Amino acid sequence: MDALIAARWQFGITTIYHFLFVPLTIGLALVVAILETMWVRRRDPKYLRATKFWAKLFLINFAIGVVTGIVQEFQFGMNWSSYSRFVGDIFGAPLAVEGLLAFFLESTFLGLWIFGWDRLSPRVHAACAWLVSLGTILSAFWILAANAWMQNPVGYRLNPAKGRAELESFFDLVRNPMAWHHLGHTILASILTAGVLMLAISGWHLLRHPDSPVFRLSSALAVALVLIASVGSATTGHFQGQEVAKIQPMKHAAVEAHWETEGPAAFSVVAIPNMAEGRNLFDIRIPRLLSILTYHSWTKEVVGINDLQAEYEERFGPGDYRPPVGVVYWSFRAMVGVGFFLIGFGALGAWFLYRKRLYETKWYHRVALLSLGLPFIANITGWVVTEIGRQPWSVYNVLLVRDSVSPSVSAATVLTSLIGFTILYGALAVVDVYLMAKYARAGVGEETTPAEVGAGLAY
Amino acid sequence: MIEIDLNSLWFLLIAVLWMGYFFLEGFDFGVGILLPFVGRDDLDRRVAIRTIGPVWDANEVWLLVAGGATFAAFPEWYATMFSGFYLPLFLILVALILRGVAFEYRAKDRRPQWRAWWDRAIVFGSALPALLWGVAFGNIVRGVPIDAAREYAGGFWNLLNPYALLGGLTTLLLFTLHGATFLGLKAAGPVAERAHRCATILAPVTVAVAGGFLAWTLVDAAGGNRGSFPMGALIPVAGVAAAAVLASIPLLRAKRDGWAFVATGVTILTATLMLFMTLYPRVMPSSSEAAYSLTIYNASSTPTTLRTISIVALIFLPVVLAYQAWSYWVFRKRVTREQLSPTG
Ligand code: HDD
Ligand code: HEM
Ligand code: HEM
Repeated sequence: MDALIAARWQFGITTIYHFLFVPLTIGLALVVAILETMWVRRRDPKYLRATKFWAKLFLINFAIGVVTGIVQEFQFGMNWSSYSRFVGDIFGAPLAVEGLLAFFLESTFLGLWIFGWDRLSPRVHAACAWLVSLGTILSAFWILAANAWMQNPVGYRLNPAKGRAELESFFDLVRNPMAWHHLGHTILASILTAGVLMLAISGWHLLRHPDSPVFRLSSALAVALVLIASVGSATTGHFQGQEVAKIQPMKHAAVEAHWETEGPAAFSVVAIPNMAEGRNLFDIRIPRLLSILTYHSWTKEVVGINDLQAEYEERFGPGDYRPPVGVVYWSFRAMVGVGFFLIGFGALGAWFLYRKRLYETKWYHRVALLSLGLPFIANITGWVVTEIGRQPWSVYNVLLVRDSVSPSVSAATVLTSLIGFTILYGALAVVDVYLMAKYARAGVGEETTPAEVGAGLAY
Repeated sequence: MIEIDLNSLWFLLIAVLWMGYFFLEGFDFGVGILLPFVGRDDLDRRVAIRTIGPVWDANEVWLLVAGGATFAAFPEWYATMFSGFYLPLFLILVALILRGVAFEYRAKDRRPQWRAWWDRAIVFGSALPALLWGVAFGNIVRGVPIDAAREYAGGFWNLLNPYALLGGLTTLLLFTLHGATFLGLKAAGPVAERAHRCATILAPVTVAVAGGFLAWTLVDAAGGNRGSFPMGALIPVAGVAAAAVLASIPLLRAKRDGWAFVATGVTILTATLMLFMTLYPRVMPSSSEAAYSLTIYNASSTPTTLRTISIVALIFLPVVLAYQAWSYWVFRKRVTREQLSPTG
């Protein structure tokens, strides 16, 4: 294994791992803020107990989100020093701004929130929860703006003398359309993730205690979140896909395993893509649908992978500019499949809620429990589409991944840290799952005052 | 001698971020290292952890912002340092991961075995970075081999030289002492008393080691390993650092724990400042060829980027400082055994 492959594996593993925790943090922070606000408004202890129950899971999850984030912050310099030299002038700024604007906010107000139950008035305390939630969203925006620049480099010029990209307009960086697509889709996916978790765990309790007020309340809130966020994910995802077609036609064609230029273009539902032959060995297609989805047009032509490859060789010299088609094709279908399933499942829940049957419908709770893994799968496959679909570039059309790696770090060194992180992360996953399961099953307490809640959340 | 330009401003800001990080996370590390010494039973250990519970995460963000600011303002510095110090940084990351998770997770199960394991993670996860940050800074100040492509050209063992190791020992002891004085200030009852005793024992050793490190740095600087600050500027700063750590001994003897904390804090701030002053305007001196040294000019971003992040920093840094100060104010009371619920 050479240093490049090891560095890519390490980045992939650590980032995906980080992103198992991130969406729950973003989603649950919002849920906790909503529930606490309801308590402040209505003073019914069931809201207070619900706040505490979900906050406990939030905190267990948050801990790993934080510590795996630290690795991300350092990894660009450690493993991708050539990348860092090349893009630092542009890419560093959003990272620094993220720390200053988001991480300080998140961590300071979370500290106040966990330990301040008996020291802050209920209103100020609830405000802290909102500030934590705001912090998670700001953090998402800035890191996604950094990532969006890698997908769609804007507001820069190349300085060949210094061999690097230089910032021309920070404003362009911030209003990069890709950043805002990323943000909308990711935040909605995060809310969806938290919603499904709430639905599953509330369902587990409702199966045993169908009249628990806290889990009835949580289940109803979860249905609303799942329905809104799944429809929202699909809508934002659709427009994001159109943007991808515009700025990264190769990624878009690969995601659809669309080899030959066609107009009107058909949409492939099931295929076995073959990179060597540049075609699908097996394919089921719906006529015109790709043109409709990509351009809202009945006839418009969609350029295929093979033509794009020829065009790229002309522009950038010989080489393979195609991402692994099978991987992105099937990842995309997994994500979209989850999205549509959850739209249906959310709508069904809303129907049961409307007919006042939600809490007693046992099979619904069981299916919710079985669906717990789905949003996580969609989150990961979503990033696989975004990141692997960008291959072989690390900055689209500007910098290749193989030119990004640290030249001074040996394969053995990267392998050491790769193995180290993998073992450590694996062990943490076991502990995390143990604690999440323990507190998910624990049921709600009898707290009636903030001080009691504080005693249960602080350490 | 010093030019007031954006590059210097960012050098200063990064110095301030590291000073803040070492001051704040310094006492967190110290509390973590001292956990087995000040906490005889679980309740005592919870008292110790509770003194930093509300703030340790925000304190750690000082490091993240220092890293992000280095990336944004001096990408070449970020790239050379983080890839060059790969293995020590990996160890620091492992330590910080274990430690961060441990604070949160130790309370989530009541079995003594469970808590004992997380306590070990806290001690290890606090002691290792406290040591390695000093080693890293020792190496930066002393200079490491950097080649014409600005890549680190030494190996791992290169980093373990006597000067850098003395630097590591200095931060380890200084942070531990800082944590002990912090506990004396923020805890009550037996935890505070034991912390006070630890501090009394640690202080003379710390004075000797830190004094040695400061003196060695000055001697090297006088021998030519320094940037544009003259010895006349370095010596007073080092003098304040030495005097402050020395003052901690009588202050502890007089049971003035609050003032002893101020003393260790001043030592950390001024010693870090001195290291950065020794560097300026270099950020990573090359020991192989002076011309290959990274400086605030050849390692920096463009003026456009520096201007942009300056605006953001000048607006938001005061806001951050204000709400962090507020959070310390909210948690200003000492932590007592009685206040913690015995069941938690
Ligand atoms: C869309 C959201 C998102 C994405 C793509 C990433 N993160 Fe993240 N990150 C968060 C959203 C987030 C968060 C929600 O703000 C976290 C999750 C758990 C937490 O505590 O905050 C966080 C934590 C977190 C922390 C710890 C902050 C603290 O101590 O409070 C750091 C240093 C990073 N992240 C850095 C990164 C980097 C360098 C990434 C890119 C490779 C990255 N994150 C991807
Ligand atoms: C939002 C901030 C992110 C940034 C700045 C970022 C940046 C990068 C960089 C620099 C690489 C290495 C170069 C390469 O191999 O392509 C990479 C690869 C990768 N990233 Fe991201 N990434 C981000 C988010 C994510 C997230 C959240 C995930 C998934 C959960 C992800 C998944 C991956 C994967 C799987 C690879 C490896 C691809 C390969 O094998 O080459 N990324 N990304
Ligand atoms: C149902 C219809 C959906 C569509 C049409 C859709 C579309 C897309 C597209 C086109 C991308 C790639 C964008 C790029 O390469 O830059 C993407 C990425 C992503 N998707 Fe989806 N998606 C859907 C559902 C979901 C669901 C249900 C989730 C999670 C619960 C999800 C999570 C993600 C994530 C985390 C990313 C990576 C981040 C990003 O690029 O914004 N998606 N999605």
